[in-house]
Amino acid sequence: MALDKATVAHVAKLARIKLDDAEIEKYQGDLNAILDWMEQLNEVDTDSVEPMTAVVPRATAERHDVVTDGGRQDAVTENAPDAAHGYFVVPKVVE
Amino acid sequence: MTNEIPPYRITGETGEWELVIGLEVHAQVISDSKLFSGASARFGADPNAQVAFLDAGMPGMLPVVNEVCVDQAIRTGLGLHARVNHKSVFSRKNYFYADLPLGYQISQYDEPIIGEGEIDIDLPGGVTKTVGIERLHLEMDAGKSLHDQHPSKSYIDLNRAGVALMEIVSKPDMRSPDEAAAYLTKLRSILRYLGTCDGNMEEGSMRCDANVSVRKPGDPLGTRCEIKNVNSIRFVKQAIEYEARRQVALIEEGGTVQQETRLFDARKGETRSMRSKEHAHDYRYFPEPDLLPLILEDTRVEKIKQSMPELPDDKKKRFVAEYGITPYDASVLVAEKEDAAFYEGVAKQGDPKLGANWTITELFGALNAAGKPITESPVSAENLGKLTLLIKDGTISGRIAKDVFAEMFETGKAPDAIVEEKGLKQVSDSGAIEALVDEVLTANPDKVEQFRGGKEKLLGFFVGQVMKKSQGKANPGMVNEVLKSKLSA
Repeated sequence: MALDKATVAHVAKLARIKLDDAEIEKYQGDLNAILDWMEQLNEVDTDSVEPMTAVVPRATAERHDVVTDGGRQDAVTENAPDAAHGYFVVPKVVE
Repeated sequence: MTNEIPPYRITGETGEWELVIGLEVHAQVISDSKLFSGASARFGADPNAQVAFLDAGMPGMLPVVNEVCVDQAIRTGLGLHARVNHKSVFSRKNYFYADLPLGYQISQYDEPIIGEGEIDIDLPGGVTKTVGIERLHLEMDAGKSLHDQHPSKSYIDLNRAGVALMEIVSKPDMRSPDEAAAYLTKLRSILRYLGTCDGNMEEGSMRCDANVSVRKPGDPLGTRCEIKNVNSIRFVKQAIEYEARRQVALIEEGGTVQQETRLFDARKGETRSMRSKEHAHDYRYFPEPDLLPLILEDTRVEKIKQSMPELPDDKKKRFVAEYGITPYDASVLVAEKEDAAFYEGVAKQGDPKLGANWTITELFGALNAAGKPITESPVSAENLGKLTLLIKDGTISGRIAKDVFAEMFETGKAPDAIVEEKGLKQVSDSGAIEALVDEVLTANPDKVEQFRGGKEKLLGFFVGQVMKKSQGKANPGMVNEVLKSKLSA
């Protein structure tokens, strides 16, 4: 499986990364190298192996349903490029 | 049960079209804190006052699953007669939007917590239909954007970001807007009985996306469109009907339906394309690296199973069997659990059949007119039960009972006290009734003549006159009898 330039541009757009033509070409090579390696891994027969989603062989931890956080509007919005009246302020996004 | 209702069809230029509808419902889980953080999940706080650093997408924060949210999903799955998956996996659904600071939503993809189940929906005429449930999964909600505070800016409140949602996906089993409405009504009722979601569509704690396609009956499935942003059951019906007609017109003009996301505009009553979502379906799901698989022990599921409340369908069956009321009345009474509890009080204190009638017709009517919920009913279940007994044993007539009810609703007094106080007891003394009948007959010799000449409809007139003379207190059955015997003499 090899990525063409259009796919690289599409993936970049989904990730909100701006790439110029030269960069697209560079990443096309890099990504294809990764995919080639995956292809190589694909040669291993894993039919009888359950897909692994985590390297630790245990179940996820759970917490009690208790309110332990929040109540710090100022700290939450402190690093925002723009904030007003306790809200984050962003360029208008509307359908 | 067999479906006697003719199937719903849209008639186009080229004939009849069938609708195929599937619904995705996002139901906000009732819990104190969020799905993955310790911030409060309550509605209505100051902006960004219920936000943990995790919810705001700050680096280095790790999600930990809320056990109550997991229990609520299991409880809902059991209520939908669905398979509980002992292993499920959280996944990242990647997209960019201003109200999603992480840049991804933690959701579940190919291994949801709940698998296939079903819901029986109630259709007119006492017909029921089974709609399949495809899956239920847990995911986090996004924040809220306010677009009307500033001409060129949007304001973002992340209080809702991270609150637990259950996404409940139906199979494409519905064939009309009414079936979709019945499905939502039933699902909402089940969730409220279970106490897993408050079902409040206005506040957005239950939201619905509808997948709609059309086809000629018997043809394979057509291309579907997904309608988003539908926030009432009435709008869901409107949106589905509009969208189906749009697709029929498009196909009949020689066009093809494009699979896309559309937005329902409630003001205009139409759906329109959301172009900005062009790339949105490329979510690049992958297993959430910050969370291990969710493993459910049998004992945990079993414990929840033991604590399940009686659900609307079971309650309906029991009401029919135990109280002898019609399946239709039973389905009306069980839709809201508060109504069902009230009716049980009436049935236990009084006559169950009369109780069903009086609860549905008089009480619901009066509460509706007064804009009061059943929990604030001025008439207690005990008193309404007593009223039905007074009717049943002949103490008061049904007509007088309406006056007594109005008084009860006004003052909250007990019916026997009102009857006593106002002297409303029904007259069942045959001597007294005969006297009244004689009076009326003597006063209307011409009508008596006409009646005997064959104009039997006049019986109603005589009954009315006698009742009027008795100020509504005469026993109508006895009045009828006495009149008939005197007139035929």
